[in-house]
Amino acid sequence: MATVASPPHARQNPLAKTRELGIVIALAALVAYTTVSQPRFLSAQSIRDILLNTAILAVMAAGQAVVVITRNIDLSVGSVLGVSAFTVASMMSADPGLPMVVALVTGLVVGAVAGLLNGVLVRYGRVPALVVTLGTMYIFRGLIYSWAGGGQVNADELPTHFLQFANDSILGVPWLVLIALVVVGGVALLMRNYRLGRELYAMGSSPSAAELAGIKVARNLLTAFIVSGALAGLAGVLFASRFGTIDASAGNGYELNVVAAVVVGGVAVSGGSGTVWGAGLGALLLTVIGSALTVLDINQFWQQAIVGALIVLAICADRIVAVRIARSLRKRDSHV
Amino acid sequence: MSPLLEIRGVSKSFGAVSAVQEVSFSLVAGEAHALVGENGAGKSTIVKMLAGVHRPDTGTLLVDGREVTFTNPADAKAAGIAVIYQEPTLFPDLSVAENIAMGNQPLTRLRQIDRKTMNANAVRLFARLGVHIDPARPARGLSIADQQLVEIAKALSSHARVLIMDEPTAALSGVEVDRLFAVTRALRDEGAAIMFISHRFEEITALCQRVTIMRDGKHVCTEPVSDLGVDDMIRRMVGRDLSALYPKQEATIGETVLEVQGLSRAGVFRDISFQVRAGEIVALAGLVGAGRSEVMQAVFGVDKYDSGTVTFLGRKLKPGNPRASMTAGMGLVPEDRRQQGLVMELSIERNVTLPRSRALAKLGLLFGGTERREAAGWTKQLQTKFGRLTDPVATLSGGNQQKVVLAKWLATGPKLLIVDEPTRGIDVGTKAEVHRLLSSLAARGLAVVMVSSELPEVLGMADRIVVLREGHVTAQLTRAEATEESVMYAAMGAS
Repeated sequence: MATVASPPHARQNPLAKTRELGIVIALAALVAYTTVSQPRFLSAQSIRDILLNTAILAVMAAGQAVVVITRNIDLSVGSVLGVSAFTVASMMSADPGLPMVVALVTGLVVGAVAGLLNGVLVRYGRVPALVVTLGTMYIFRGLIYSWAGGGQVNADELPTHFLQFANDSILGVPWLVLIALVVVGGVALLMRNYRLGRELYAMGSSPSAAELAGIKVARNLLTAFIVSGALAGLAGVLFASRFGTIDASAGNGYELNVVAAVVVGGVAVSGGSGTVWGAGLGALLLTVIGSALTVLDINQFWQQAIVGALIVLAICADRIVAVRIARSLRKRDSHV
Repeated sequence: MSPLLEIRGVSKSFGAVSAVQEVSFSLVAGEAHALVGENGAGKSTIVKMLAGVHRPDTGTLLVDGREVTFTNPADAKAAGIAVIYQEPTLFPDLSVAENIAMGNQPLTRLRQIDRKTMNANAVRLFARLGVHIDPARPARGLSIADQQLVEIAKALSSHARVLIMDEPTAALSGVEVDRLFAVTRALRDEGAAIMFISHRFEEITALCQRVTIMRDGKHVCTEPVSDLGVDDMIRRMVGRDLSALYPKQEATIGETVLEVQGLSRAGVFRDISFQVRAGEIVALAGLVGAGRSEVMQAVFGVDKYDSGTVTFLGRKLKPGNPRASMTAGMGLVPEDRRQQGLVMELSIERNVTLPRSRALAKLGLLFGGTERREAAGWTKQLQTKFGRLTDPVATLSGGNQQKVVLAKWLATGPKLLIVDEPTRGIDVGTKAEVHRLLSSLAARGLAVVMVSSELPEVLGMADRIVVLREGHVTAQLTRAEATEESVMYAAMGAS
């Protein structure tokens, strides 16, 4: 009687599967079309640029996905990137001898502290994450402005090894891309295969049931915000290394790109569903769209409109697929 | 025998409201213990204290004779207490197996979740319950009965020694209730202590050895079920004699108000025909999933239908137009009053007058006085208990919420009232009031269609019973013909 109906991994999340496939198809179509009309789109330099730009966005998207899966949102990531970039850049220019690892760890810690603050305000202040992180977004940005004033850290003040990091490769894979892959892969694994990850999904899927199930909701929520903050901090270091020139507006407006990447990547804003790989793919798709439109010489305005349309499309697609799945599930067990 | 779980002199208040006062009783291994009382008697508060959601203000909880303090649900779980709540508490996006295993998933050596073992465990638990649910499917879209089964599997998987069930059968059909009871008895015989909360006395006598009765937050008595008759239990619960749970008034049956002919909707119901006359209460009986609510929603126009006609007061109603049905004089009191029947945050008076807000408005504006007068009249007539008319509906008990929903529709002066599970989750005292109300409305010439899963209610209230099974009518019985057996026979088909 007890037949195992399907292999364990087969239908863990049918929605996510179709979504990721959809992004890959969209990517392939976009790349094919752009390459046909502008062959230089697939030049080594262009691919490299796309990957390096994707890396920073994908690192942040992985963290954002964790928060969104718990039915929250972190709008402060752009400002956290700025704080981290400015802190690390100032530190490196003051003491050029510091190794890259110290820079990376500093970025992570700065971000984690910011994330902890967000988490505490959301959990213990009982204020919606949208409001809390909108507030901290301005607070962190304000901090950088008051600290940096109109000044900036220039590339020539930074040690060479710090700037070189963004261009160096290991086995032909740029460090930035490698870091992004490790981060997205690691967070995806955490969310998919570890108790903490599954509890975060559970919290987003039904907050009240999560409390009743004895899940340590407070601890998990703080962890989610710390992960998002820390990864935004890490992205700040990568940003500083890649662009060299850091002023008080670093990362301004990034939060919306990150949220867009996550939503386009199939993470539902209502929580509980979507994957970290999807968010990473979303980051790649947005970056490729940006480059393709530039290569095709299409007006900047259209780029924003297309990203917007994509978000609306992604949410509509989610609804349609969800309704279909619900219907097919209902049909299947109309036995009583 | 020393008790597995003991509650000793426990009190709990919320603000100025004292929910539970000085309650003591104990659960013994191998015993199913019923906890009964009207809504608001403090049962849920007891459950929540045992589940670690609330902490008692005074008094102690003892597990195995040792004093325990639960600061959160995880503590209660760790002490071996599993709770099945009235409303299922599943994670819709996670797989069924994950829902069952949440919190103690089997792990591989790398501390990753071992999905293979987890799914196999779920399959094994379902086999024990005698059901087939795919462990890998998401919980979203499961029927309420299946959700309840997943909840039970969850409790089984945690090897709970104390199983608390808060009205687990409210949404189950007869077969499912039997299956649940078989499992519960097996657990009990294996040495678990069961606390069973229900408004259905036949279930309590079938399952439980002892019963604790609560009234107004206080402990009334704890006695063997066999020593107490149902009448005794009811008397002690309400503190007064309930001579008639089903007061049926004589009504003169008038002309046909509603005629449904050959109504079909692919995959849901087919060829449904019946009539309802003025002054008549017609019950739609059947198992959960037989399509009763769906038929009435189609009649009212909330849902579409593929073929057939609905004639109301001699005029054909257009399908899929609830507004037209309302204007024509039809009212629908939905099954889920919290989500479909009421705006929980709005005040009582506003809820009552909502369908008539246009008629009551002057120059498009509503003035408080008009609403208040209207609402005060109806709530008085229905004996609704509340603090002030301006209190949000959410503050009322389930029974009084139902009265507000009824008041809301009665205020529109309907010719036909459709009530879907009018007394689900309502305590005995209020139940009888709702019954009396429906009966007196019918006596005044209102036609009533009642969808109900409770056989005594169907038999006690209806002039005629239309029995549905898997989307079609299997019997139409008059009050005289209907017995528990004949209705169940038609509802379950040949057996």
